[in-house]
Amino acid sequence: MSKPKLALYWAASCGGCDVAVLDTNEKILDIAGIVDIVFWPVAMDFKYHHVEAMADGSIDLCLFNGAVRNSEQKKIANLLRAKSKTLVAFGSCACFGGIPALSNFTNRAGTFERAYVEAPSNEKDNKTFPQAITKVSEGELELPEFFDTVLTLGQVVKVDYLVPGCPPPVDLILKLVDAFATSQLPPPGATLASEKTLCDECERVKEGKSISRIYRPHEIIPDTKRCLLEQGLICFGPATRGGCGQRCIQANMPCRGCFGPSAGVIDQGAKLLSAIASIYQGDSEEDITRMLDEIKDPAGTFYRFGLASSILKRKRL
Amino acid sequence: MSPEKFEPLIIGFLCNWCSYAGADLAGTSRLQYPSNIRVIRVMCTGRIDPTFVMAALARGADGVLIAGCHPGECHYIGGNYKAAHRMALLKKTLAQLGIEQERVRLEWVSASEGSRFASIVTEMTEQVRKLGPLGRNGGGEHV
Amino acid sequence: MKKVTIDPITRLEGHGKIEIFLNDQGNVESAYLQVPELRGFEKFCEGRLVEEMPRITPRICGVCPGAHHMASTKATDAVYHVDPPPAAKKLRELFYCAHMIHSHIAHFYALAAPDFILGPASDPAQRNILGVVAKVGLQVGGEVIKHRAYAQDIQATIGGKATHPVCGLPGGMSKPITEEERKDFEAKAKSLVEFAKFSIQLFNDAVLSNKDYLNLITGPIYTMKSYYMGLVDSDNKVNFYDGDVRVVDQEGKEVAKFKPADYLDHIAEHTEPWSYLKFPYLKKVGWKGLVEGKDSGIYRVAPLARLNAADGMATPLAQAEYERMFSTLGGKPVHATLAFHWARLVETLYAAERLLQLSQDKEIISPDVRTIPTATPTEGVGIVEAPRGTLIHHYKTDANGIIEKVNLIVATGQNNPAMNMSVKKAAQGVIKNGEVSEGLLNMVEMAFRAYDPCLACATHSLPGQMPLEVVIYDSRGKRVTSRVQNLPGCPAT
Repeated sequence: MSKPKLALYWAASCGGCDVAVLDTNEKILDIAGIVDIVFWPVAMDFKYHHVEAMADGSIDLCLFNGAVRNSEQKKIANLLRAKSKTLVAFGSCACFGGIPALSNFTNRAGTFERAYVEAPSNEKDNKTFPQAITKVSEGELELPEFFDTVLTLGQVVKVDYLVPGCPPPVDLILKLVDAFATSQLPPPGATLASEKTLCDECERVKEGKSISRIYRPHEIIPDTKRCLLEQGLICFGPATRGGCGQRCIQANMPCRGCFGPSAGVIDQGAKLLSAIASIYQGDSEEDITRMLDEIKDPAGTFYRFGLASSILKRKRL
Repeated sequence: MSPEKFEPLIIGFLCNWCSYAGADLAGTSRLQYPSNIRVIRVMCTGRIDPTFVMAALARGADGVLIAGCHPGECHYIGGNYKAAHRMALLKKTLAQLGIEQERVRLEWVSASEGSRFASIVTEMTEQVRKLGPLGRNGGGEHV
Repeated sequence: MKKVTIDPITRLEGHGKIEIFLNDQGNVESAYLQVPELRGFEKFCEGRLVEEMPRITPRICGVCPGAHHMASTKATDAVYHVDPPPAAKKLRELFYCAHMIHSHIAHFYALAAPDFILGPASDPAQRNILGVVAKVGLQVGGEVIKHRAYAQDIQATIGGKATHPVCGLPGGMSKPITEEERKDFEAKAKSLVEFAKFSIQLFNDAVLSNKDYLNLITGPIYTMKSYYMGLVDSDNKVNFYDGDVRVVDQEGKEVAKFKPADYLDHIAEHTEPWSYLKFPYLKKVGWKGLVEGKDSGIYRVAPLARLNAADGMATPLAQAEYERMFSTLGGKPVHATLAFHWARLVETLYAAERLLQLSQDKEIISPDVRTIPTATPTEGVGIVEAPRGTLIHHYKTDANGIIEKVNLIVATGQNNPAMNMSVKKAAQGVIKNGEVSEGLLNMVEMAFRAYDPCLACATHSLPGQMPLEVVIYDSRGKRVTSRVQNLPGCPAT
């Protein structure tokens, strides 16, 4: 009997989710023993035409990482959805937009201006920009079209499961593969991580959430045993899904929310901003002014990983 | 050719004990105020999750009014202080997302301040009318 | 002309495609390496807090996040005019050596080795890391996996996670290491030195002892002359974490040496309409197009370039291998592009030796790893040698440390001109008389693969298409509204 087919693809991504699969270390050999990997550009020489030639639904499991922000990525997302029985949004970018979704603070024109005209290393008065079609002496060259807005995978095609994380930790990846191999995946639509928030798995001592000052990480040296939020550092723990192993906390740095919203929450940033505002002490106007002054980039902080999947999705320009 | 006058849609979250009663008083007093506002009664402004404000703006509202009890008069002691903190931080966040400060407004209106309620709604409607429609996708046209 | 497309290119990090044009005789007229991906870090980081940049910019690349993390952290030091304690710098360098090792092992075994262990024209279904493990055996395969895991574990212990570490702050590191952790690093470092030596031996046996491969390496198809750039310490030895930037010419003579803050005097970027990736070149030499020669400002970065640009390696075993490489390949500088693979292994050995040195330094467990910044932030540049080349992070902030402007010159981007030329030369060398096979196309891909490109890194920036702005004025000349429309394929005016 032939082995089930596995495909991995990266859209607007950094490659970290693919490295995470390699970080399963010797277990990658076990994985290769139970599936046939039919498409994985970082590691294997299968091309787009190989995928196009496959029958619809012939890929049993597709792990798609990266957000969607150009026409090629949208096309391949649709292609892989058609060719795959089960499609997983793998990693924070595919699930929520991730860091690339910070580009939703601007648009194509703004980014274009910075990269090709304004940047100090550019040739003076440069007027050449990348084009969708370029005529060279030998023929034509094409580039994909870039969107103003970064999209999550789920905003482009129907997604069966979400595996969050930037990148997803190895134990979650192995749990996914194991559930797939033993046909024990939960009903479609599930997020394959914890149902609780990070605070639940964080081992630090929590005494009571009430802060009189917010610090930026380089302004203090936090105690390694006490809750970081209680020490005045903005930590996303209360609004972030657990399951990551609290690795940033163990490095003595606060959480930045890469696992996305906890179960039942539609806008992680709104929840976090509400939580931070609620625990900030003081009822006078001066207290509120001070709080606002201490949080200097609220949108870029609260929506660090989830701007594309937030209620407002992007900045209005 | 005169353009059709833009009628802003404003969602109003009013707390049961103070501002809703104040709005009620405006009504019974026959005070005129624009019908652009759609009122939603909550028990306390401390109930207002920033998510509600964002959802209203994303789904067609051009402005959101949150009105509660004056500081020190909250029926639940501290709910309005929570609202003050949250709405302040929300507004700063929304400004970074290109949503003008005047579109989200937090006011204190007591049960006896019917005329204050009416003038707030009148003023806000004109302010938001001048700003224009918020738009669904705003600036991210090409997808 | 007939167009042959390789899409996507594979066994590298990032997105790219190669277009090859064949003339009527079926020979290669030209070839283009196009990069279709972009994300826009330089724009969307505006408005962010500068101390968050070491946590945002690693997402430029998940294979070399450690490099971005370190360059970014050093840039934030410069922005805040703060000097970290000595123990913090040593700990950063220790972390960084582990990072180089992970990345070089991953590239050599997973991305490069399949072409040599299995053969350039072997079955694509086998020509990958799994095929390599099947060929070399589970024992060797296990050692490869184990040692890259050592390198990842060291980074994770210090930085929380290996992929997207969080330990770097302006002024130091988020926490010190314990004696227990130091002992663990020391043991792993010793094993990594042995593994690096083993890898070099494997390269000897599988590649250098194979006449066909040796001919491929030294032959004209994969040879290109250029300038070379790399970071060097005060003795002009290769250093990944800190130093001055040194540039040598095609004969190996130094033509420039500069401090990170002065990079704009030396590096400029050219734009072509057929790729989103820009083309950096030496400003003082000038852009003459995709041509070789002393008048062409094209330079290369990454392992071979670093070894060419330096006078040696700072550790003994790596120095011996450095000398052996150059004497085998006919002296310095070496222009053979496939020699990047060898140079990468020499660097792995150096990184392992340096990792061992640092893990045995008494100061490495010092609890004093933070200096709290007090100066007003302004502007700063941080440079490291990423696995794939010189990496520059340049931030300008307001007085609150909020980013106003970001400029990034990212390793692989600097190899863009050279990669294009290497791909074209290889295509012209292997494709003749219209004979195009999968194996021959893979040999064209081998030309870029030697550079270990990271196209996610290279394309951090996000351009778009030609914008057309329409402004409507009323009869009194008052501006009513404006719209920006992006027109595809509109020639620049």
